[in-house]
Amino acid sequence: MILVNWLNKIASPQRFYLFCGKWTPWLSLLFFILLSLGLYGGLVTAPADYQQGDAFRIIYVHVPAAWMSLFIYIVMATNAVVAIIWRIKVAEVSIICCAHIGAYFTFLALVTGSLWGKPMWGTWWTWDARLTSELVLLFLYLGIIALYNAYEDKRSASRAIAILTLVGVINIPIIHYSVVWWNTLHQGATVSKFDKPSIDTRMLIPLLEMGVAFSVYFFISLFQRARNEILQREFNSQWVKELVKEKSNA
Amino acid sequence: MRDFIAMGGYGFYIWTSYALTFFVLAINIIISRVKRRQILNELSNVHQTQAPVKDE
Repeated sequence: MILVNWLNKIASPQRFYLFCGKWTPWLSLLFFILLSLGLYGGLVTAPADYQQGDAFRIIYVHVPAAWMSLFIYIVMATNAVVAIIWRIKVAEVSIICCAHIGAYFTFLALVTGSLWGKPMWGTWWTWDARLTSELVLLFLYLGIIALYNAYEDKRSASRAIAILTLVGVINIPIIHYSVVWWNTLHQGATVSKFDKPSIDTRMLIPLLEMGVAFSVYFFISLFQRARNEILQREFNSQWVKELVKEKSNA
Repeated sequence: MRDFIAMGGYGFYIWTSYALTFFVLAINIIISRVKRRQILNELSNVHQTQAPVKDE
């Protein structure tokens, strides 16, 4: 009940705008702490891999980026459901913000994967299931952004991309299970499997720290982008007028 | 220190990955900040040219 009340409150663009502003400094602090821990652990204290030597250290940017590319899509799809059913403005705004951030992370996952693949597999790219489905994800994100930009009216744009987002959800389990369903060059899961993670604790902890750091980063960026969108969409409302006046006098 | 940079011969791949990642993450934040400035300026102009409006 408390949660429902809170969700009701936060669904108002003005409240959400203020909420984002309030939390951004704290999230930034948390991000830098986790990032320092993760980088130090990953680059300094984690031992070299017995097979891959130091090259495995790319894992600390590659895997969190790949996790984010999927996680952001799930957040985006959740917002799409809320936007379609209840037409909540904050959810509509979040979809397009997620699409932009998700595209960045997917791009990073692909490029850092390439930089890892070259020394380990001997090739920058191969058309295997994991790589191809991740590339499809990048095109999905870009397609969503393009579709959004094709509309003049931002609310119809949001509704259109909400539907496209839900259609694209099919790709998420395909990416996740691609290394199981198909025989691929990409290595299997190390962390998210039912068995115990097959990785040394000194290697695992920095990876989790980087993962949480990237998630925190995602929320910082989402809040920042959502604030921009809200200002533009609500430009005619009284609170935005007062806020803009206050900011331009300062 | 030299060993740390060399990363057992994989230095190029590792440092390029890290540099690119943080470059992209930084650019994403900077773009939003610049956009925010632009929006505030733009809205300030729009609001000033509008006739004073009553509460909606």
